[in-house]
This record gives sequence, C-alpha cells and structure tokens, in this order.
Amino acid sequence: MAVSAKSFVRADMLAPKAPPVAQSGAVKWMRENLFSSPFNTILTVLGALVIYWLVASALPWWMNSVWNANSLTECRDIVTAAAGEGATGACWAMVRERWHQFIFGFYPSHLYWRPTVAFGLLFVALAPVLFPAAPRALLWVTGLYPFVAFWLLWGGSLWTPILGLFGFVVLAAVYRALNGRLGVPLATGCGIVAAVLFWMFLDVPLLNVLSSILSLAIEQVDSDQFGGFLLAIVIGVTAISMSLPLGILLALGRQSDMLIVKTLSVGFIEFIRGVPLITLLFTASLLLQYFLPPNTTFDLILRVIILVTLFAAAYIAEVIRGGLAALPRGQYEAADGLGLDYWQAQRHIILPQALKIAIPGIVSTFIGLFKDTTLVAFVGLMDPLKGITQVVRADINWKGIYWEPYIFVGAIFFLFCFGMSRYSMYLERRLKTDHR
Amino acid sequence: MSEATAHQIDTSAMKVSDEVAIQISQMNKWYGTFHVLRDINMTVNRGERIVICGPSGSGKSTLIRCINRLEEHQQGQIIVDGTELTSDLKNIDKVRSEVGMVFQHFNLFPHLTILENCTLAPIWVRKTPKREAEEVAMHFLRKVKIPEQANKYPGQLSGGQQQRVAIARSLCMKPRIMLFDEPTSALDPEMIKEVLDTMIELAQEGMTMLCVTHEMGFAQAVANRVIFMDQGQIVEQNEPREFFNNPQSDRTKLFLSQILGH
Repeated sequence: MAVSAKSFVRADMLAPKAPPVAQSGAVKWMRENLFSSPFNTILTVLGALVIYWLVASALPWWMNSVWNANSLTECRDIVTAAAGEGATGACWAMVRERWHQFIFGFYPSHLYWRPTVAFGLLFVALAPVLFPAAPRALLWVTGLYPFVAFWLLWGGSLWTPILGLFGFVVLAAVYRALNGRLGVPLATGCGIVAAVLFWMFLDVPLLNVLSSILSLAIEQVDSDQFGGFLLAIVIGVTAISMSLPLGILLALGRQSDMLIVKTLSVGFIEFIRGVPLITLLFTASLLLQYFLPPNTTFDLILRVIILVTLFAAAYIAEVIRGGLAALPRGQYEAADGLGLDYWQAQRHIILPQALKIAIPGIVSTFIGLFKDTTLVAFVGLMDPLKGITQVVRADINWKGIYWEPYIFVGAIFFLFCFGMSRYSMYLERRLKTDHR
Repeated sequence: MSEATAHQIDTSAMKVSDEVAIQISQMNKWYGTFHVLRDINMTVNRGERIVICGPSGSGKSTLIRCINRLEEHQQGQIIVDGTELTSDLKNIDKVRSEVGMVFQHFNLFPHLTILENCTLAPIWVRKTPKREAEEVAMHFLRKVKIPEQANKYPGQLSGGQQQRVAIARSLCMKPRIMLFDEPTSALDPEMIKEVLDTMIELAQEGMTMLCVTHEMGFAQAVANRVIFMDQGQIVEQNEPREFFNNPQSDRTKLFLSQILGH
C-alpha cells in the first residue's frame, strides 16, 4: 500500500505482531552489563580481584572453624593440628558453650522456658497485627499479650498483671461512658486520669488483699538478671509498639491548630531529637531517681523502656509528618466535605495513607531503635554486644577471643533487622493500590 | 457549543420551590489582606440549578467552598438549610453532611475501593449499617452507570469514571444540595459528556445544584440562573437565555466573547 504524499487513508488496521526474537543469552548479558566499554572491563576485572582477595583471606578462617573445645587455647591447638602452623580458624566453641548467656543473660537457667514461651507467644500476638490473613480472634491474644509476657518474664503474683489490665478496663469504661457527651479527646483524657488514679491508690491494697486470698505466684526474677537478646527484645518490642501510637499523636499534635498542643509537640520533638540517646539513658538511670519520692523503686528496665520509647516517638513523629505533608490537600477537603469529623477523617482517610507513605521511614526508625538497645550497656544493663561479650571475654578460658562473639551477636541482629526490612517491603506491596 | 445543547432536556420536573435552601447576605472574605469575596448577596431556592462562571481568580470556587465551610468567611451571614455557618463545629458538620461536594480533581480516596469510597461517610457519619450503606452505594453506582467497577480502586478508573464515582459518593449521603467545583475542567473532552450527562440527570430529579463551570452548553440546557462573577463580586445574574443572548455588563460581554468566540 503506497502512501501518497498528500493524503492517506488506512483501509485496514494493523494486527499486533510478536516482538522480534530476543537476542538473549549469557554472553549478551555479560557484554552489556560487565564489558560494555574498556573502562567498564577494567572495573569488572578489578572488582573480581577485590572479591577474590576478600574471599581468599577470610575463607580459611571460616573453613577451619572449631565447634568442640573448652577454651580458646584448645581451639587454637585444634586449628594448628588440623591446618598446620600459622593457620587461623574461628572458635565457635565459645558460642556453643555460652550461647545461653547471649540469649538470656543471667536469667535463672531452670526458668529459660518462661522467656522462650513469651517469645513464641509474641509471634502469635503479632500475627493478626502484621498479616490480614490471620484470624481476627487472635487480636484478643494481642491485647492480653503484654500482661502475660510481663508475668512470664518477671514472675511474681498473677494479680499484678491482672490489676494492671484492670486499669485499662477502667479507662475503657470511663471512655465509653463519656464519649457521647464529651467527644473523643476529653473522654480519653478522663479515662486516663481514672486509670492512673486506680493504679496509684487502689492497685497495691487490692493486690495485697487478693494475694492473701489466693497467691497465684510463680518464682520472681529481678530485672538485673535480664540480659542478652532477652533484654534487647524486651526493650525493643515494647518501645516499638508504644512509640508508634505516641509518634502518631505527636505528628498530629505538631499539625494541630491548637497553639498549646502544637507548642508542646514541637518542643518535645525538638528537645528529644536534639539530645543524644545516651544522655536520656543516663537521665533514666540517675536523674529520675532524684525527682521521684525517696524509697520508690522504679525498675531500671522500665525507666529505660520509657526513655527509649520517647526517643523513638520523636523520630517516628517526624517521619509521619512527612507522610502527612505528602497527602494532597484534596484528601482533607473530601473528608471534610463528606462531614467526617477530625478523628474520623484521620482514622479512615488521612492516617492510612500517611502511614503507608511513611512505612520505609518508620521501619528504618524501628530498626535503628532495635540496634540502639545495645546502648543500655552504658547504664549497666547486660546488652548482648557490650555487656555479655565483655562478660564472656573476661572468662579466663575465652580471654582474647575477639571476632566470634561480635559476629555471632551481629548475625542475630541482622536476622531481626533484615526480617523487619523484608516485612516492610511486603507491606508496601500489599498496600499498593494507586496503580501508578 | 458543547453537546449538552443537543439533549432534549425534560424540564418539567425541574421545579423551583419557594423554600429557601441557601441564603447568603453581605458576605465578605479575605485571604490575608486580599479581598476575595466582596459583599456577596445571594438566595438559592430549593430546586434551583445555578451555574456560576467568570474568569479565573474571580472568586467563584471560593464562593461555593464557603457554602460548606471549606473556606471560612469573615463577615456577613451564610445560612444553609436553616443552619447558620459559624465556628460552631456541630453546625459545620451538620451542613457538610447535607451538602454534597464534587471537586475538580475528584479527590477520591485512593486506598479504598470504589464501594468503600461510597460507603465510608454513610457508615461513620450517618451510622448506617454496612449492608444498607452498600445497597445504597450500589444504587447510586448503577445510576452513574459504573456498578461493575465497585470493587476496583480509583487508580484503575478513567478520569470520567472517577468523577462519576465522586458524584455517586456525594449522593450516598443523600444530600439536599450539591456543589460542583469545576467538575469537568480536569477531564479529556471525550469524558466531559459522561459527567455532564450524570449532572443533567441529577438536575432533572430536582436536586438543588450550584455549579462552577465553563460548560456553557450545560448552563443553557439545565441552569435556571447563570451568575457571572469578576473580581470577587457578582457582576450579573440572569436566566440563561437572557444571559447569553443579551448580556448587560461590558465585563460579561467581554467574557462571553472570549469563551464563545471560537
């Protein structure tokens, strides 16, 4: 069909055809990606050499690993015997002997089952929060989990967590009674006041009465026996789960039209972000003691958790503010135009979208928080990295061991953090509805 | 002129009642020191279809956004359905749930399906049971002719379809007044008609409508009154035939010659 220069009318539309047979194959791929120009070829060769050098120098150390020995000297003897004079080898026998300290710290060994059960239940409690496919009934487990875990970890009377839980029941009851008349914020405020009053004045007397009737106590474990990853996970999980709601409130507070709420939020966020975490931890361990009435025992782990939570919440608030700022104004207007009130709009329209945008930042903050739990070593808690590793290296049998404990601890941290990172990518994919 | 004129529009049901739906008197609004709306006086009766036009920056969008308090006025009085708009949040929410709004950029909620977009406000604001809200939503989605898209997300729909969903979403709240803020300005020409058809159908059912638009064909076909605004003031208002054939003010003549001239 010749196309005339002046006019053209297509008589029949073209049918789609298959693309030309691809010139694929490994050679083509390599030519395109590794050796596309002389300069890239040089870079490829150099890169390969560096990788070879790294592997060649580290591989023997890994290959000569020793798993059965009673001391570092014995390890070295075995390596020398197997691979000859001057050979190096990893001494994982230390991990084999001391793994329980890395995991549990100085938690009594006959009670290891308790943190283990608590850790297992953690996944049951997390399932309905993290995966929509999990049965919704599991949310009850999620709600009760903090109290069960507290009881399992610290032991003591079962009445302690039950009364703690009852405080929240008081909060919910007051909220429900007042919500209709006072609105969400005021009703919540009254509920919190009622719950705090309950914990301050009724909790202890009730606990004594109930314990004298029926003790229901299991062996108590003190906070200073906690250590290793048990400590890191207790602090990390608690702080992560509390800093998200707090961060959301702070982010909303920062955007609020109410001057006092806004000023307080901005002041809090800027103060916390302007101070190193270690300063806050020292505050937790030393200064708070001065402000509290004498003879009050305020658990060190609890204090650290509170400070780490506040620290993370300030960062989360800023990350979420970024998400809020990314939403088009039209979303707020559409929500307003439909007659949704502030909290309804936030809950159904604004936050679901803002949080989705903020997921990468939120997860980054959580990963950072989890790794920062090792800083509690500075206030004398037995974190896995400094606390426990020092204890192990102070042992005469393992004196001089250096790489292995750090690699071991690092690997476990990596597993947790990589897991969080993967989860965040899954979540982003699942929530992707904009089809851009 | 646009296709809307080609329609044989049945105006028999479009009766204007004596009952006042919106009463605006001596209303003024400033952005900072900029005087956007000046001495606006306007009465809208139930069943009226009013088209507001004017050059960009003339305050027409701001005016209808004041009617559901997306913008706050600083002086004068706006009474919608007997409720005066003041800073009282209860009144504002009441007015907003009675007045539907359709935006230039649709503003659908991208994280919710079409059906969820339509049922959200009835469920949470009107406390309608979910099943009932879904039935109502499907009714209005059928009415705007896209029931088959109910379980898709807004991002999967064309612009015209999204705007029709936005209209259905507003209708699900059973509003007594509908505001349209340039509903077709962001659409490709071939999609404008489907949205206008929906709006015409709505007008035929007697809905009170205020519409900021440049679709003069739509104005001639369904409006019972055209308001021309410039520099924050109402310059001229008249019934459409008079307005287009016999404009009085020079500004109106200039504006009409600019938009109808080619």
